[in-house]
Amino acid sequence: MKRLLKGGRVVDPANGIDGVHDVLIDGDRIAAVGRDLPLDGASVVEIPAGLVVCPGFIDMHVHLREPGQEHKETVATGTAAAVAGGFTAVACMPNTAPVNDNANVTAYILAKAAEANLARVYPIGAVSRGSKGELLADIAELRQAGCVAITDDGHPVATALLLRRAMEYAGMFGMPVIEHCEDGSLKGDAVAHEGYQAATLGLRGMPGACEALGVERGILLSELTGAHFHVAHMSARASLRAVRKGKEIGVGVTCEVAPHHFTLTDEALASPVPYDTNTKMNPPLREAADRDAMLAGIADGSVDAIATDHAPHHYDEKNVEFDRAPFGIVGLETAVPLSLDRLVHAGLIRLPRLVELLSVNPARILRVPGGTLSPGAPADVTILAPELEVRVEAAALRSRSKNTPFDGWELRGGVAATIVGGRALFVNPALTGLQGL
Amino acid sequence: MSAPARTPDEMRVGAAPAVTALRRKDLLGIAELSTDEIALILDTAEAMKEVGERPIKKVPALRGKTVVNLFFEPSTRTRTSFEIAEKRLSADTLNIAVASSSVVKGETLADTALNLEAMRPDMIVLRHSSSGACHLLSGDLLHSRVLRSNIHLLTKMGSDVWVCGPPTLIPTDITRFGVRATSDVDEAVADADVIMLLRIQLERMEGAFFPSLREYFNVFGMTEARLRRAKPDVMIMHPGPMNRGVEIASEVADGPYSVILEQVANGVAVRMAVLYLLAGGVAHEEAA
Repeated sequence: MKRLLKGGRVVDPANGIDGVHDVLIDGDRIAAVGRDLPLDGASVVEIPAGLVVCPGFIDMHVHLREPGQEHKETVATGTAAAVAGGFTAVACMPNTAPVNDNANVTAYILAKAAEANLARVYPIGAVSRGSKGELLADIAELRQAGCVAITDDGHPVATALLLRRAMEYAGMFGMPVIEHCEDGSLKGDAVAHEGYQAATLGLRGMPGACEALGVERGILLSELTGAHFHVAHMSARASLRAVRKGKEIGVGVTCEVAPHHFTLTDEALASPVPYDTNTKMNPPLREAADRDAMLAGIADGSVDAIATDHAPHHYDEKNVEFDRAPFGIVGLETAVPLSLDRLVHAGLIRLPRLVELLSVNPARILRVPGGTLSPGAPADVTILAPELEVRVEAAALRSRSKNTPFDGWELRGGVAATIVGGRALFVNPALTGLQGL
Repeated sequence: MSAPARTPDEMRVGAAPAVTALRRKDLLGIAELSTDEIALILDTAEAMKEVGERPIKKVPALRGKTVVNLFFEPSTRTRTSFEIAEKRLSADTLNIAVASSSVVKGETLADTALNLEAMRPDMIVLRHSSSGACHLLSGDLLHSRVLRSNIHLLTKMGSDVWVCGPPTLIPTDITRFGVRATSDVDEAVADADVIMLLRIQLERMEGAFFPSLREYFNVFGMTEARLRRAKPDVMIMHPGPMNRGVEIASEVADGPYSVILEQVANGVAVRMAVLYLLAGGVAHEEAA
């Protein structure tokens, strides 16, 4: 079955395309992109003016919580949130219960993903058994089972030695090692960014240096081993400085920034709702200079990807004292509106760069298909409605958890439709003209 | 350490009090209070202090009101001070000490609050180790232990505030609070009108905040020798409990400049004032 997406603005940076083109989908593959493509027996979907057709977005950092924490999220609810948020694929972190440190857990996650049959799921395996930081996990078997990277996310890899070994070993397969960068001794039992806000609120703080130390460690070991080192959820300006320096000297380092870290600062801990546990995440919301550095890194190309660190937590788990609440917020369904509003409409970047950050680069970093509309590529397509006025409603999120600090926010830009393998799995009911998808 | 530019009394010379009641049902921190409200509390505290000097130390201001002292961490001094204040105002007082272990067992703070609320207390005094815990509760709240209350209060009332100690014990960004920071005790002591020593939490030793209590006392402890550099009418304060021979020498603590025990007495009066005002009391009304 062929379908022709006709007349939309197509942004496909991998092929240098930005202009009005047709996209021909044949089954689950892209068949062609070009001007005034012949019908060739395809059904036609006229893309309404103002919408933008992009290669499918890939969120390379989500917590799907299954197996073991299905009260927070499941593969099914998480991938439903993904497609509603414009993501055709997600990479899920291994800190489930049990930890995804062996092929059986990987297979279980992939079986759940096949059952849900929504966004593609790329499991990320653990660096160490149980993510305990002692023995390496069965990395080769994880890879054979379908893992695309390894990490002990939630925590940094316990020792420099283990991180080195993981890099050397994963380097055999060209797998990136993704690191939650943090010096544990400097972090202590901190719950917020160290600075004026934490001092005012009486919360224990961790400085940006706590993250940057982990970034520096990883870059040095990446230089030593030649392995690909990826910095997860970067938030501190000192970390960005280290990444820039690493790239300058040719180290294989890449990094991602989460929408909350380019949008919010630690002032959100004090207002509008003081001690709102939906402003508690790790790394924490930092001061304005750090937030501004993340924006600058996104604008100048130093930042490779936008990833949400989608971290669902149940209402009961968050409805406690700030100290006791778990770290993290959901992000799959707010990432695109925040990115369009705060980056594109703010004049910081243009759409092709946004597509690089959300599609081209995540695919390249994880070495997974997608990130392009080249003929033969999977028909994974995200259609944006950059001018759509979006109001975030926590209660209406598809994610099983509603822990977002953006409830009630009004943002310019949203998702029009999400197509995975040629199937339109999400069409925004607020828009007309896309029913034929 | 502070050098008051204007005392609250001076600020009000010849003027009627700007506010006569606290139009709020809870008090979660000093930062949210206006200078007028602080002056009202202090004025009211003076009247309350007089109650404590009577043979029968009791007024009916909170008769029929139920006050729950909900303490999630042990604090005999604070609880005692509140309890005495409540009893002098004739409130019915209930003390609940919740060991943190029982929280681990199940009930959340939010549920504890809902359960208490269902029993219709008139006021709740909360002490909790988690900053912001009060914001989780609904109903009448009184007490939030926010770290920088002193600085907020003193700068708000016009004092010139210095903080002195090793950098490991001074929060980063402290100067954004409008205070000056130094690690030179002599510099801090000179020209100070009031020297307030803060308790060294002995458990901090484990966090390597300073090498030893002995060294701390040698470098930062308030001794008679250091005090000689201060103004002749300097006042020595300490919120208690004291570590004698750590942050303060006994000769200073018990010496002629010390108002430390008066602080304890005033603490009761201020608590009476706050409870009275939060319950809807108004200024300059005879407490009795």
